[in-house]
Amino acid sequence: MSPAPSAPSVPPDPLLADAPLKIGRWSFGSRLLLGTGKYPSHDVMRAAHVAAATECVTVAVRRVDLSGREKSLLDWIDRTRITLLPNTAGCFTVDDALRTARLGREAGLSELVKLEVLSDPQTLLPDPIATLEATKQLVKEGFVVLPYCSDDPILARRLEEAGAAAVMPLGSPIGSGQGINNPRNIVRIKQSLRVPILVDAGVGTPSDVTIAFELGVDAVLLNSAVALARDPARMAAAMRHAALAGRHGFLAGRIAVAEAARASSPESGTIAAAKG
Amino acid sequence: MPPTITIELNGAPKSLPAPLSVAALLAELKLPAERIAVELNRDLLPRDRFARELADGDRLEIVTFVGGG
Repeated sequence: MSPAPSAPSVPPDPLLADAPLKIGRWSFGSRLLLGTGKYPSHDVMRAAHVAAATECVTVAVRRVDLSGREKSLLDWIDRTRITLLPNTAGCFTVDDALRTARLGREAGLSELVKLEVLSDPQTLLPDPIATLEATKQLVKEGFVVLPYCSDDPILARRLEEAGAAAVMPLGSPIGSGQGINNPRNIVRIKQSLRVPILVDAGVGTPSDVTIAFELGVDAVLLNSAVALARDPARMAAAMRHAALAGRHGFLAGRIAVAEAARASSPESGTIAAAKG
Repeated sequence: MPPTITIELNGAPKSLPAPLSVAALLAELKLPAERIAVELNRDLLPRDRFARELADGDRLEIVTFVGGG
């Protein structure tokens, strides 16, 4: 294992101060969560995680390679800086999601879980009813549940009521790169819930990340947009800047949208002849 | 012939010498216990119960973390 590259040194900008992202008893300085799937290599994945300055990455739970030939992903994740968020990806029933969550907790020794209960392999859209049911059960079992869900404000509220520690509405279908298809719903969800809102899935470009943060969400989770980019580490760095741009643009408070133009310079005192 | 049992290991049948504990099987497979989790007959088997002996017909799942989103 080669030594981990150090994080790029960016001078702290006092104008870009921000509160940490708090989920359960966890606290994150970065609001960008990354996946660990689909990278061309573990080395490239690690470089992307460093470039994004992420502090939380998702991992999937799968049958171990019994030949012992596969290298463990965990050797490429600096767990002194990065928290593992096990997911239940690939589960289409409540029962499978519960079993996978329990296995993930045992393997990762933490009760954080990104809950995915999908409806079918074609759409990969989350099953709202099953997701709510599994959330209730996992909360009962002491998990800190982050359910991946559709962008339905009422479902999001029900998930919060069921004890979800954060809610993760999709921007658009998993891996689609379509961006935020329903921005008004994302705003509605953010405005009516207290728990952190993380946009998950469908983000394709840095501007998608910026838009998500401008809508007011607390964090964004990315995988394919970085892992499948031609240069994943460069894309991860771009995503980090995009997140900062959107987040601080939101915190700074945007101007109202006006129907008509409003001059930025004084309208009196010009040497130009009056028109009209 | 030493006694053997047949279990289902990660979805495939496997014959093993008996008696054999889960811990002994993990050691045999050279799987580091701190990076895996085990399910026995669809219930999680916590690490502190890896001394349990396997029985004929047991269904064992051994999982770990892989890349995912």
